[in-house]
Amino acid sequence: MEIGVLALQGDFAEHLSILTQIGVKGREIRLPEQLEGLDGLIIPGGESTTIGKMAVDFGLIEPLQQFGLKKAIWGTCAGAILLSKDVHGKQPLLGLMDITVARNAFGRQVDSFEIDLSAPFLEVQDGEAKPYRAVFIRAPIIESVYGRAEVLLKVPHGQIVAAKQGRLLATSFHPELTEDDRFHSYFLELTR
Amino acid sequence: MAQQEVSFAVKKGLAQMLKGGVIMDVVTPEHAKIAEEAGAVAVMALERVPADIRADGGVARMSDPELILKIMDTVSIPVMAKCRIGHFVEAQILESLGVDYIDESEVLTPADVAHHINKHDFKVPFVCGCRNLGEALRRIGEGAAMIRTKGEAGTGDVVEAVRHARSVFGEIRILQNIPVEELMAFAKNIGAPYELVKEVHELGRLPVVNFAAGGIATPADAALMMQLGVDGVFVGSGIFKSGDPAKRAAAIVKATTHYKDAKILAEVSRNLGEPMVGRQISNIPEQDLIADRGW
Repeated sequence: MEIGVLALQGDFAEHLSILTQIGVKGREIRLPEQLEGLDGLIIPGGESTTIGKMAVDFGLIEPLQQFGLKKAIWGTCAGAILLSKDVHGKQPLLGLMDITVARNAFGRQVDSFEIDLSAPFLEVQDGEAKPYRAVFIRAPIIESVYGRAEVLLKVPHGQIVAAKQGRLLATSFHPELTEDDRFHSYFLELTR
Repeated sequence: MAQQEVSFAVKKGLAQMLKGGVIMDVVTPEHAKIAEEAGAVAVMALERVPADIRADGGVARMSDPELILKIMDTVSIPVMAKCRIGHFVEAQILESLGVDYIDESEVLTPADVAHHINKHDFKVPFVCGCRNLGEALRRIGEGAAMIRTKGEAGTGDVVEAVRHARSVFGEIRILQNIPVEELMAFAKNIGAPYELVKEVHELGRLPVVNFAAGGIATPADAALMMQLGVDGVFVGSGIFKSGDPAKRAAAIVKATTHYKDAKILAEVSRNLGEPMVGRQISNIPEQDLIADRGW
């Protein structure tokens, strides 16, 4: 089992360190040929405009789209934006998931926050389903989920912040910024 | 949302999102657009780039809020702005504008020679400059959620950026390898809070993101700083004081992503036009050096 983390820009090192923590081999991916042999891919948090531009400039858009048709991809924040079909603006996207995303939808950095979410599909720890502490940084909202995509998580005010479509997973928040590795374990299940 | 909390994790989290990226100084909305299209992860809104501040002399202050707001309206990426060292009212104003990060910066004329801002008081995160580990940890102790090595702004000479990065990483390597009973003396020697010294001893790195700044003018300069171990780079005068800013900006972004790939670095370095003229730091009189501001 080997998981790639797209390392064009963003907090890819944080994802790799959680993969190590749960005993999974991870690898930085910057060029199309490096996708060979991976069981799944994580697109990290970062600036979606920067990651998208680098993906275009280094010929990664089509290879990533092909990869996503067969294998699991998880996008966190900027990664979720890249997976979407529409962001109400002109920027490079993979367009793999039937979701529309609104960027920076909670506001600017002073509006960034942490919150406990109830996520019963995550692994139960010590016999009880503990809430999941989610970190939102200038986060996007998944505005609409249609077609083959399904809603996974909402914040208490009702906005969708996680969606799934087969082996594809999109989260508005950053499991890589916490000590809690349950979301990474959940993603590994999707790669199998 | 009522349940919102601005924890330190959220403050330093934005800096983590900027890792592997280039933050560019811009003085107009048009510059900001060029920076965003070139792949900048954030822009620093300023009235004058450091090379002009250096040339013009006089007191350098926080930018006009009107300019900052216009830049915020123009781009979707984070917008940072500078306040003077110790000028907590400029910081309050910048926070009220909704900027995403405040740089308490030695590039502006210091407002307080003894004290920096108590950055814990703010919801907006701060980035501060440093020349060595002690200075970095003092700023983090005051609440900075991101650090940048100072270098020497507005020169286009990377030598001080290298000196400061080597100093920070060198001291961390030493700190990592000393026994626990020596940590207090180490903290005393570098003038840093003991708890943070202990944390760096355990982590083997700073507890916050660390960018390089001050003198980066070429893709090779950016890759050099990345290979030395920084998390990303600030480019000030290097882009908009060069012959072809859009091209150079895009090249520096690519070099920061592919910092270990010499073939790509060679490719992106071709035909960039004139770099900024630059000033060799060894020819600048000591009283004109910016990095010595703050302590």
